Amino acid sequence: MNKQTILVIIASILVSGCSSLGVQPWERDLLAKDEMSLSSSPVDNALDDHIYFSKEASSGGKGFGGGGCGCN
Amino acid sequence: MQLTTNKKQNKKTEQKINIKAALTLATTALFGGVAQADTPEEDSWEFDTAFLLYSEVDRVSAGEAILNAKKTFSDEEVLNLKLTIDALTGASANGAVAQPNVQTFTRPSGNGQYDVVAGDTPLDDTFHDTRVQLNAQWTQPIATDYSASAGVHISKEYDYLSIGINGNLGIDFNQKNTTFSIGASYFQDTFTPEGGIPKPFASMLIGDSSSPSWDDDFAQTRIGTEDDKTTTDMLLGFTQVINRRMIIQFNYSYSMVDGYLTDPFKILSIVNNEGLAQDYVYEQRPDQRIKQSAYVQSMYHFDTTVLDISYRYMWDDWDIESHTIDSRFRIPLDGGSYIQPHFRYYQQSAADFYAPYLMQSKFELQRPEFASADYRIGEMTAYTLGLKYGMTVNNGHELSFRLEYYHQAPSDAGFEAPSVLTNEDLYPAIDAIIAQVTYSF
Repeated sequence: MNKQTILVIIASILVSGCSSLGVQPWERDLLAKDEMSLSSSPVDNALDDHIYFSKEASSGGKGFGGGGCGCN
Repeated sequence: MQLTTNKKQNKKTEQKINIKAALTLATTALFGGVAQADTPEEDSWEFDTAFLLYSEVDRVSAGEAILNAKKTFSDEEVLNLKLTIDALTGASANGAVAQPNVQTFTRPSGNGQYDVVAGDTPLDDTFHDTRVQLNAQWTQPIATDYSASAGVHISKEYDYLSIGINGNLGIDFNQKNTTFSIGASYFQDTFTPEGGIPKPFASMLIGDSSSPSWDDDFAQTRIGTEDDKTTTDMLLGFTQVINRRMIIQFNYSYSMVDGYLTDPFKILSIVNNEGLAQDYVYEQRPDQRIKQSAYVQSMYHFDTTVLDISYRYMWDDWDIESHTIDSRFRIPLDGGSYIQPHFRYYQQSAADFYAPYLMQSKFELQRPEFASADYRIGEMTAYTLGLKYGMTVNNGHELSFRLEYYHQAPSDAGFEAPSVLTNEDLYPAIDAIIAQVTYSF
C-alpha cells in the first residue's frame, strides 16, 4: 500500500467519523480565543519558516512551502 | 486633578491613535487604492511588528523585521499586507571538508581568495545579502460556508528575485465544525549569483587572481549569468472541531520544484586515498524535486493553559525523509500576560546524491550524475528550545519577547572516511540563538 492510499483511507475515516464531532455555536467560548487559533502567531510562524527553510531540507506542511528566497 | 489625569490620558490615547493613523496612511499609500474601501469601523487596522535576530556561533547572523497590517471589513473581507526586510551577514560552509593543512579557496565572484586554517571547516565569510519582501492577501466569503483567498508575493535580494501567486478555497460543513480547504501556489524565481552559474563539476580555479589570464580562465568555469526555477504547490486541508476544548487539522501538500536547484556557491572536495584534498569541484543537483508532506496539528485548551502540538512527515524524490515535532504550551499569568515554552525536534535523512566528499579514484573513473556536500541535504537531527513571554500593555496592545536556542547536529550517513579525515570533524554541529520582539496594536 503506498502512502497516498493510506492518506486517502485516513481522510475517509475522518470524514465519516467526524459528523458526530463538534460543538454547538454557543459552545465556542474557548475555541474563539486567539490562542486557540491554529495559526495563533502568524508572525512567529513566518519567521520560523524562513529560518528552517534556510537551514533544513524541508519546508511547508502547515502552509505553502514554496520559493521566496535564495536561501536554500 | 481628575481633569488633569483625564487630559493626560487623552493626550496619550491621541498619540497612540496618531501612530496608528500614520501607519494606516502609510500602508494605504504604499499599496494604492486597495485599502481605501469604506469601513463602518473606524479603527479596524491591526498591526503586528516584529524584529528578529538570528545568530549562529562563528557563522551567519541575520536580522529580520516584519510589519504586518490586517484590515477586516464589515462583510468579513480581510486584507492582509506584509512587509519583510532582512539582512544577512557572516560565514557559510562552502561544502569542502576540513584538512590537516591550510586550504585556499576562490571567492564565488572570482575576485580574490581566502584561506582556511588546518582542522577548520571551510567557511566562506563573504556572505551578505539584504532582502525585501511584500505580500498581499485578500480573503472573503463567496457564498454561505464558502470562503476564498488570493495573494501575491514578491521578494527581491541583491542576486535573487521571487514572484509568487496563491489561491485558496475553504468550505465549511457541520455548523462550521468541519472545514475542507484546497489551495495552490506558484512561484517564479530568478537567481543571478555573484560570479555567475558555475559549470557542474568544474574544478574551482585557484591561483594568482591578478594574472592577466585569470578572468578568462575563471570564465571557463562558468556556464551563464543567471538561471531560474518554478515552484508549484498544492495543499489539501481538513480541520475538525473535536469538542469545546480541542481542534485538529490535517494537511497534505504536494510541491514540485523545477529548474536550477543547485547551490552555485557550494563545492565538494575531491580526496585521494589518504583523504587529502586534491581538487574542489562545483556541485550539481537534479533539476527537479517533488516533495510531499503530511501534517497534523492539534490545539487543546486545558482549564487555563493551551497546548499546540504538530507533527510533519515529509518525503521527496531525492530520498530525503524528515520528521518534525513542534509544540508550544501557553501558560497564562496574572494581568493578561503569559509564558510559552517551545520545543521543536527535527530529523532528516540524506539526499541520495549527498556526499561529504568524493574519492578521486572513483570520480576520475566515472563522474557522478549529481553530487552535493551541502550538509543541509545530509543526515541531521536538530532541536529548538525556546521561551516566549507576552504581556498586555496599554489599550490591549500586546508586547512579547521570544528567546530560543537552535542546535543542528549533522551526522554520518555511513560514508567511510579515509585515514586523514578520521581526525577531522566532518559533521560539525551548529548552535544558534534566536531573539525576537513583537508588538501588536
